[in-house]
Amino acid sequence: MAAVHEIGIRKDSLGIKTYIYIFLIAGAVTMAIPYVWMFVTSIKPLEEIQAFPPSFIVKNPTIEPYQDLFRMVPMIRYLFNSIFVAGCITLFNVFATSLAGYAFAKHRFWGRDKIFFVFLASLMIPWQVNIIPGFIIVKNLGWLNTYKGLIIPSMAWCAFGIFINRQFIYSIPDDLIDAARIDGCSEFRIYISVILPLIKPVLATLAIFTFLQQWNNFVWPLVIIHNSSMRTIPLGLAVLTGQFGANYAMVMAGAVVATIPMLVVYLMFQKYIIRGIALTELKG
Amino acid sequence: MEKETFWQKLNRQKSSYLFIALPAILFFIFQLVPLIASFFLSFTEYNVVHMPKFVGLQNYKSILFDDPLFWKAMRNTVFYVAGVVPIGICVSLLLAVAIDQKIKFKNFFKSLFFLPTVTAIIAVSVIWKWLYAGEKYGLFNFFLIKFGRQPIDWLASPEWTLPSIMIMSVWAGVGYNMILFLSGLQTIPNTMYEAAEIDGAGFWRKFFHITLPLLKPTLVFVSLMSLIFSFQVFEQVYIMTGEQGGIGGVLNSALTIVAYLYDKGFMKFQMGYASALAYVIAFCVFILTMVNKSLMGESRVDY
Repeated sequence: MAAVHEIGIRKDSLGIKTYIYIFLIAGAVTMAIPYVWMFVTSIKPLEEIQAFPPSFIVKNPTIEPYQDLFRMVPMIRYLFNSIFVAGCITLFNVFATSLAGYAFAKHRFWGRDKIFFVFLASLMIPWQVNIIPGFIIVKNLGWLNTYKGLIIPSMAWCAFGIFINRQFIYSIPDDLIDAARIDGCSEFRIYISVILPLIKPVLATLAIFTFLQQWNNFVWPLVIIHNSSMRTIPLGLAVLTGQFGANYAMVMAGAVVATIPMLVVYLMFQKYIIRGIALTELKG
Repeated sequence: MEKETFWQKLNRQKSSYLFIALPAILFFIFQLVPLIASFFLSFTEYNVVHMPKFVGLQNYKSILFDDPLFWKAMRNTVFYVAGVVPIGICVSLLLAVAIDQKIKFKNFFKSLFFLPTVTAIIAVSVIWKWLYAGEKYGLFNFFLIKFGRQPIDWLASPEWTLPSIMIMSVWAGVGYNMILFLSGLQTIPNTMYEAAEIDGAGFWRKFFHITLPLLKPTLVFVSLMSLIFSFQVFEQVYIMTGEQGGIGGVLNSALTIVAYLYDKGFMKFQMGYASALAYVIAFCVFILTMVNKSLMGESRVDY
């Protein structure tokens, strides 16, 4: 945040500033209410949920909705599934796309630009086109209801990572790489000890972004997972809402459990996430 | 530089191919093959159990000429996009401009507005479903009653289901666009504003004559992304309307095009028909991209 545009120089801008604060505070309240309401509902006993008028203040807070939640659905398993699946895809994505990005940026080989173009063009294709044959392929491989089915097809969505990595590795001076080659480094060695350290910030951003995306991914698990123990958090929450929709406290407890891990990740890595969004603009 | 021998060259190329092998193979199996497969499937009748049966252009013909539900879904989707995209862009642009000023608690506001972006859209939809709850339990209806209005059957009435989803989508999407606008605003040099202030320009004058024109590249990008993204709305519809085994709400009043595809493909298992739908969607997305690019014109700005 280098340039802050100041308008508080002129006298009459004081009025404008008041309006800006009113606008921002109204926005902040609008943003916060659903979250607050979710949390408040999740610790309310039944009588208070049905009470009119509804209140933001809980008279007798209870953890019963959370106890119900963990008793009725394997919430811990869902959390593990989500972390495991998103984690594997992220690890693969970071490693494989930077390696491929290095080859596309710094190697000369037959078909390089054509292959890269195919990757790039695939960014234009909406997922709806792939999902039906994707489902059929996974079904024929016997991967329905498995981690393989959740993880491996999602690894194929790597075009964006390859593109970003190629962009950044392209700007690394060739001299560095040539020097390593003269020292007798293998190409993989060059990738590990020259390229990787230089693109760490990009990889961190890509990692968090991929993790976030995969954590929130809903459609693919919805299509290929049909048994309870393999559900990820969003799918588990959707099924929970369908089954126990009337038990608002428990459903909201589920929403809290689904929201908190990402909230923690967000607060820890805010910088990288916001940078990652700026990166998406590169592809436009 | 010394000329490489043939073997060195081959060895170097070998490592290049090895480096791209893994993503390329996965990409081939799970992206290219499906892309082509669904093209072929779109000319067949296929229900997963029996072999696909070739029907020529029948699926496309049915979709375009005798499927009222497809057109209903299309109308709903266009209505959704036409509401969510402009409103979302206006709100997020104003938020970005407001945060870009010299104000206190800048980061607090920014983090808060961005929060829905890192909340799973499923969780957001579940929370809002509760906010929209019927009669007097829901928070929104409580406010309506408090201000002397009749409560609304948000998600159970044909005229309100889609608007309810739209309001939520705007809420969930402004933070993301705001960040894009903020990074666009950073590229506008401060001197422009100072010069305008010396000339006596007020807040709105500066907004319309400096900020907006110079933000055009970002504006083009954001509008394109939100058009494409909104056109493919699905999760919200699934949660908010997918109650009785169906999807789309009362009288299909909130059936969007991707929800229709899901219904055809994965609830009715008409996979040939759904593949044709997928290609129709892809075609629409492509047209949207082209129209948007030409409407917004040359997006480079010189100053």
